[in-house]
Amino acid sequence: MAEQSREVLRAEHISKSFGQVTALKDISMHLNRGEVLGLLGDNGAGKSTLMKIFTGFHQPTSGKLFLNGREVTLKSVAHGRQMGVECVYQDLALVNEINVYRNMFLQREPTRGGFLGILNDRAMRKAASEHLGRIGVNIPSVDAEVSKLSGGQRQAIAVARSVYQKSDLLLLDEPTAAMGAKESAQILDVIQRLREQGDMAIIIIAHNYAQVFDVCDRVNLVEGGKIVFDKPTAETSVQELTDLVVNEYRMARASVHEA
Amino acid sequence: MNDQTSAGTASGQTRTGDKPARRPLSGAGIFFLRQREASILIAGILLVIYFQISSSAFLSGPNLGNLVQYSATTAIIAAGEVFVLVCGELDLSVGMVYALTPFVMFFAVSAGLPVWLAVILGLLAAAVVGLINGAVTTLLKVPSFVTTLGMLFLINGFTLTISGGFPVQPQAGAVFTGIFGANALALMAWAVVIALLFQFVLKKTRWGLHTVATGGNPHGAAEVGIKTKTIKTGNFVLCSVLGGLAGILDAFRIGSIDPLSGGTEIMFAAIASAVIGGTLLAGGVGTILGALLGALVLGILKDGFTLLGVSAYTFDMILGGAILVTMVINVRLTLLKERGGL
Repeated sequence: MAEQSREVLRAEHISKSFGQVTALKDISMHLNRGEVLGLLGDNGAGKSTLMKIFTGFHQPTSGKLFLNGREVTLKSVAHGRQMGVECVYQDLALVNEINVYRNMFLQREPTRGGFLGILNDRAMRKAASEHLGRIGVNIPSVDAEVSKLSGGQRQAIAVARSVYQKSDLLLLDEPTAAMGAKESAQILDVIQRLREQGDMAIIIIAHNYAQVFDVCDRVNLVEGGKIVFDKPTAETSVQELTDLVVNEYRMARASVHEA
Repeated sequence: MNDQTSAGTASGQTRTGDKPARRPLSGAGIFFLRQREASILIAGILLVIYFQISSSAFLSGPNLGNLVQYSATTAIIAAGEVFVLVCGELDLSVGMVYALTPFVMFFAVSAGLPVWLAVILGLLAAAVVGLINGAVTTLLKVPSFVTTLGMLFLINGFTLTISGGFPVQPQAGAVFTGIFGANALALMAWAVVIALLFQFVLKKTRWGLHTVATGGNPHGAAEVGIKTKTIKTGNFVLCSVLGGLAGILDAFRIGSIDPLSGGTEIMFAAIASAVIGGTLLAGGVGTILGALLGALVLGILKDGFTLLGVSAYTFDMILGGAILVTMVINVRLTLLKERGGL
């Protein structure tokens, strides 16, 4: 574990080009422990590219990245994980045929040793129950196969698994995508609880900013590879964001019509 | 509902060291699988009763010996095939490895090596075939259906070439021959011990869990850091080695090493056993004990029809029909599973 510095993430003048295409231009941001950032923007605005730079999947063309106050050059996703960055992707990487507690520990299973690697189910079951209880994930049983859970429960399990790795920075890619209001509420509760516990910084990538607004401390809007809007949620509103986005859509439509 | 877990198929679960009270029913899927093992068991028992009524010779000692001879090696190959199927692949070449391995053993003995070393060399040759199957499938990204179909012909041609197309006799002491398949009880012991051991590996070890994960969600498994290529290749090797072992056991049982034995027939029988026993072709779900029961049921059918004087042609039609029906059920189950409806 890295030392518990207050500042978890700092990006300074990050740019990223793929050949001739500039995906990100001069992005700067910072995030403290216990803070939740909502990263909004249209498809292709650069949100995903920025996320992939934080996970270590992409390397920035220029600019500096600091984790826990130290400058880092992430070489790979595995390296990013070592440095305390966990990402929950939209496909969740859960295996339907396997029960909840074994999914929680997939690839990090405690074993009873031996060359066969006999699984320690008792330890996994106990740790999984405790951990899920601690962050407020409600499921019928940790013995349930993941295929039996709702979308919200699955998302919560995936988040819980990442949190269990004691990460400093948690990236959530569209955690409420394709979910109804009730299911979204479940996962937002989990995020809210993590925010109150204050052990990590969280970035939520979202289309539906109205849903995530309440759990965010800060909102950034990415457009054309730049951060065009950056305010604490206390100083803005869903209405202001709506106006911004509606405006963006109108301009996009206008430019399509001109062409 | 915690306590009523293990009634149906307690045999394997409890023997693998699982305490029923600690293993509550985890969802309808597993419950259903257990039911499938139970239902194939019941089908087997009903068939035994039917054949015993039809022909009193069915439950006689010599006939049970025949039954074991047919089922045991099929079950051993099926155990390997289940691992390959669960991780989302298919091995069509294993029946040819079954024919090749005893020849490698034979040539090693002819060259003056002790028979135990010759067996190991034979199994190593089988492992190499599995390794090639795995490497071509995972590294060159050729679908395993195609990889192992090519390997099927390649190995068959190779075996025919090195043997000249003629059978030979395996040479070993009486005790060795008895242990390695000549004795029906020893043969059954091989099949049962292998089934129990690999059921345990599949359900209770890291390798088994990662095999299920690789077949259940290949992308997700890779994302959490499971080396899915290693898992798949390892399972191809496992399947080949078990195929080779089955070939050696049958060689000692029959007292002859025939380049034309096994082949596609035993391979299809093994896959059919796996599927009848409850393994899904789509990957992610499988059971070794089910495959053992599947092999026994196939054996009972074949043996029973032979006793009743049903011709081999008719038998093939019935068997083919039974497999088709099972496959249809299998596909329906896969669809249900994908919808999360089970």
